[in-house]
Amino acid sequence: MRRVYGFHGGIHPAENKHQSLGSKIQQAGIPQQLILPLSQHIGAPARPVVAVGDRVLKGQMIAEPVGHVSVPLHAPSSGHISAIEERPIPHPSGFPAPCIVIDCDGEDAWAPLQGVANYRDCEATELLELIRSAGIAGMGGAGFPTAVKLAGKSGQSVKTLIINGTECEPYITADDILMRERADDIVAGIAILQHILQPQETLLGVEDNKPEAIAALQAAAAGSAIEVVTFPTKYPSGGEKQLIEILTGLQVPSGGLPGDLGIVCQNVGTAVAVRDAICHGRPLISRITTVTGNAVDHPQNFEVLLGTPMQYLLDLAGLHPERCERLVMGGPMMGFTVTTAEAPVVKTTNCILAPTPEELPPPPPAQPCIRCGLCAEACPASLLPQQLFWFAQGKEFEKLEQHNLFDCIECGACSWVCPSHIPLVQYYRASKADILQQRREHAKSEQARLRFEARQARLAQEEEEREAKRAARKAAAEKRAALAEQGGEEDPIQAAIERAKAKKAAQQAGDGTAATPVKASPEVALRQKLAKSEQRLAQSIAAGEDAKIVSALEATVQRLKDKLAEAEAAATESGTD
Amino acid sequence: MALMRVSSPHAHGRYSTGMVMRQVLLATVPGVFVLTLFFGFGTLVNVLWACLVGLACESVALLLRGRSLAFYLKDCSALVTCVLLGIALPPYAPWWLIAVGVAASILMAKQLYGGLGYNPFNPAMVGYVVLLISFPVQMTAWTPPRGLGEVPGLWEALQACFLPARYDAVTMATPLDVLRQNQGLLLEDLWAQTPQFGRWAGIGWEWVNLAFLAGGLWLLYRRIFTWHAPVAMLASLALMAALFYDGGSSSSGGSPLFHLLSGATMFGAFFIITDPVSSAVSVRGRLVFGALIGVLVYLIRVWGNYPDAVAFAVLIANFAAPFIDHYTQPRVYGHGKSGGTG
Ligand code: SF4
Ligand code: SF4
Repeated sequence: MRRVYGFHGGIHPAENKHQSLGSKIQQAGIPQQLILPLSQHIGAPARPVVAVGDRVLKGQMIAEPVGHVSVPLHAPSSGHISAIEERPIPHPSGFPAPCIVIDCDGEDAWAPLQGVANYRDCEATELLELIRSAGIAGMGGAGFPTAVKLAGKSGQSVKTLIINGTECEPYITADDILMRERADDIVAGIAILQHILQPQETLLGVEDNKPEAIAALQAAAAGSAIEVVTFPTKYPSGGEKQLIEILTGLQVPSGGLPGDLGIVCQNVGTAVAVRDAICHGRPLISRITTVTGNAVDHPQNFEVLLGTPMQYLLDLAGLHPERCERLVMGGPMMGFTVTTAEAPVVKTTNCILAPTPEELPPPPPAQPCIRCGLCAEACPASLLPQQLFWFAQGKEFEKLEQHNLFDCIECGACSWVCPSHIPLVQYYRASKADILQQRREHAKSEQARLRFEARQARLAQEEEEREAKRAARKAAAEKRAALAEQGGEEDPIQAAIERAKAKKAAQQAGDGTAATPVKASPEVALRQKLAKSEQRLAQSIAAGEDAKIVSALEATVQRLKDKLAEAEAAATESGTD
Repeated sequence: MALMRVSSPHAHGRYSTGMVMRQVLLATVPGVFVLTLFFGFGTLVNVLWACLVGLACESVALLLRGRSLAFYLKDCSALVTCVLLGIALPPYAPWWLIAVGVAASILMAKQLYGGLGYNPFNPAMVGYVVLLISFPVQMTAWTPPRGLGEVPGLWEALQACFLPARYDAVTMATPLDVLRQNQGLLLEDLWAQTPQFGRWAGIGWEWVNLAFLAGGLWLLYRRIFTWHAPVAMLASLALMAALFYDGGSSSSGGSPLFHLLSGATMFGAFFIITDPVSSAVSVRGRLVFGALIGVLVYLIRVWGNYPDAVAFAVLIANFAAPFIDHYTQPRVYGHGKSGGTG
């Protein structure tokens, strides 16, 4: 048996998993309308490639990724695009966001799909591209684009591939039932991930409260290079950092990524999605979602098309709206409330929880912190939540950062144990947002300061140069005068013509007639260019960019300054002479 | 279907502050029972009178501060303070002594600092020390335990409390006093010649301590607090006693067992230093906090001039708690030693 490690803290909330495990995975079917938020993942939202009125086939791409950290979106069923507009989406902010709306025609007609015959013949980059174009983003809850996570930082080799089958949140059983019923698919998906990453070891971690899933996985993984590792049930052992510690005894450095330890984590649901994408060319258009809570009559797991309104699923499960005061996407520990059941199921919707008020009572009013330390005991990040709370109340941001607020994973264990019912996590979230906002503002003002200083320096330099030119001209004029006095060669007529010309040009400039832009444009353009590159320089300094880039930008700025000074000098010369 | 917006987590554990406090109250029952058994109804009267005065003080303070009475009285923290103070005071104390102590605890040590959660010092111990300094005679008058003298009945207890002028208390040195005042007797001889000593420590006291130990263990079992501070205190106290036992010579400070079962040791270890508000917070911090108290208790008992040392030791340690916290911050996940935790 592999040694498993512990992690600090953790709690044992009531599991409430049995309710939704009574039946097998049910097909939710096709609702009348599918609502597909353009952003169902971490990163840039996808960009629609269809227009209202278009007919789309099941599996057809309807929005393309924008940039590297982004994934495309596919039609989960066939039908017509009826709208591209803002709709309520499941998001902690509660704000609506742009969605593509499909009116389903019920035919469920597939677009042609093309799987890979033998992925072992493919290069890793090829497979990663397929995974990306299948729209796969982490299905455990965070929704980070899977291909990006798999690609890692260049040059990092993967020692351990960890597959997360922990599902430590109460109520949720989507992964559990997937592992029970589709262990073979999971193993097939993991084999593809192994081929891509070439890890030295592959560990599939499952909490010991899922004996059926463990048995199914062990049977499916027999003879493969996958080791199913079980460990005692404790929340939040499914947190990526905690799972890594349990399985390897290592801690991800603060601010770092698992990749820094040679570790890649993927969820079991993601493994199945990868298998579907590679072996069948099937993009991510459905997922397993648990619908549970005492406000529904038949808690169970559904295989549901992305974009299905939650109301549709809740009705299937037999919701009693009068019993339900809050609707949670995710589990009771880290899930967030959605304020309308019209919000759709998205790629990260592992659970829809419809509890009755008796089941999850509304939080009682908070009492003073009695410094009991239960929160510190429960914190898996070994933070001191009561101190953080103290500083958060006083908005002492520096202290908060010193006490490592940003290592808080918002697991909620501290709030769960707090006998004074203090909504600690809420304070931490607000403080984090405040601090990030402050950092942004600081960066902005820093940038403005740099810009201002650069401008001052430029003006001073220009003044100096002008001074120098003037002195030079004066010297030249004196020389000329001296020459003329000596009965020099200068032709007075020629000189008079020159002067008249210059006068005319100056008049034109003053009138603002056609000549102006011609004459002024090089200068103005230069000035604009200079301002731009100065701004860019300030930005790159503020952002702490590479020294090479900074020095290159500095050189550009200098060059432009020189040019501008030349041009200005020329203009003054022609203007004053 | 009107849906609420609530921040996670949506589930909550079974603890509440009021519940914690009520369990602490419940856990004092065996100790109070044994105290009553050996010393009569004095302690019970102390406790009840202290609670009455305490609730009045707390209510007045809350009203003055414009807080909701129903909400804040529900946390039972005032009752805990009063019960603990009532237990700590010598039985048959006059009513005004108790009232002054309670007022000092609730008004000065707790509400003046901002109420529950903001008091840097243990309120019950502040009340105790204020009394000890102001009224040393009344505060050191312990009656003899059952077996060494007459134990007053309920009527006498009430009389002693509310009509103190008409009550003549019989007092007797406590075993800790006897030991401190020992001049030149081997421990063995002292034990044989002084009636106050029982099997392991003082008559009565050893059972009182065992009863508080039982209550404390129950609280541990209920996970009301962790073992760290009590165990550290008892261990360091025992260690100090062992170090200075001196083979039971005439200059011996007493055996470890004697110290563990004397005076307010167990009461302090499980009911006073476990007060979360005024103690150190982290696990390591609580170990240090407890150990510091154990050492101080021994030092003050053996070389100090007071009948018992727990109150002073606790206040000194309360004072040190913020520093202890500062130096015992736990290592946060992913910081410092990179890699292995196993
Ligand atoms: S659990 Fe609550 S009451 Fe206890 S120390 Fe933490 S924040 Fe304070
Ligand atoms: S929410 Fe943050 S502070 Fe609270 S227990 Fe989790 S990691 Fe610790």
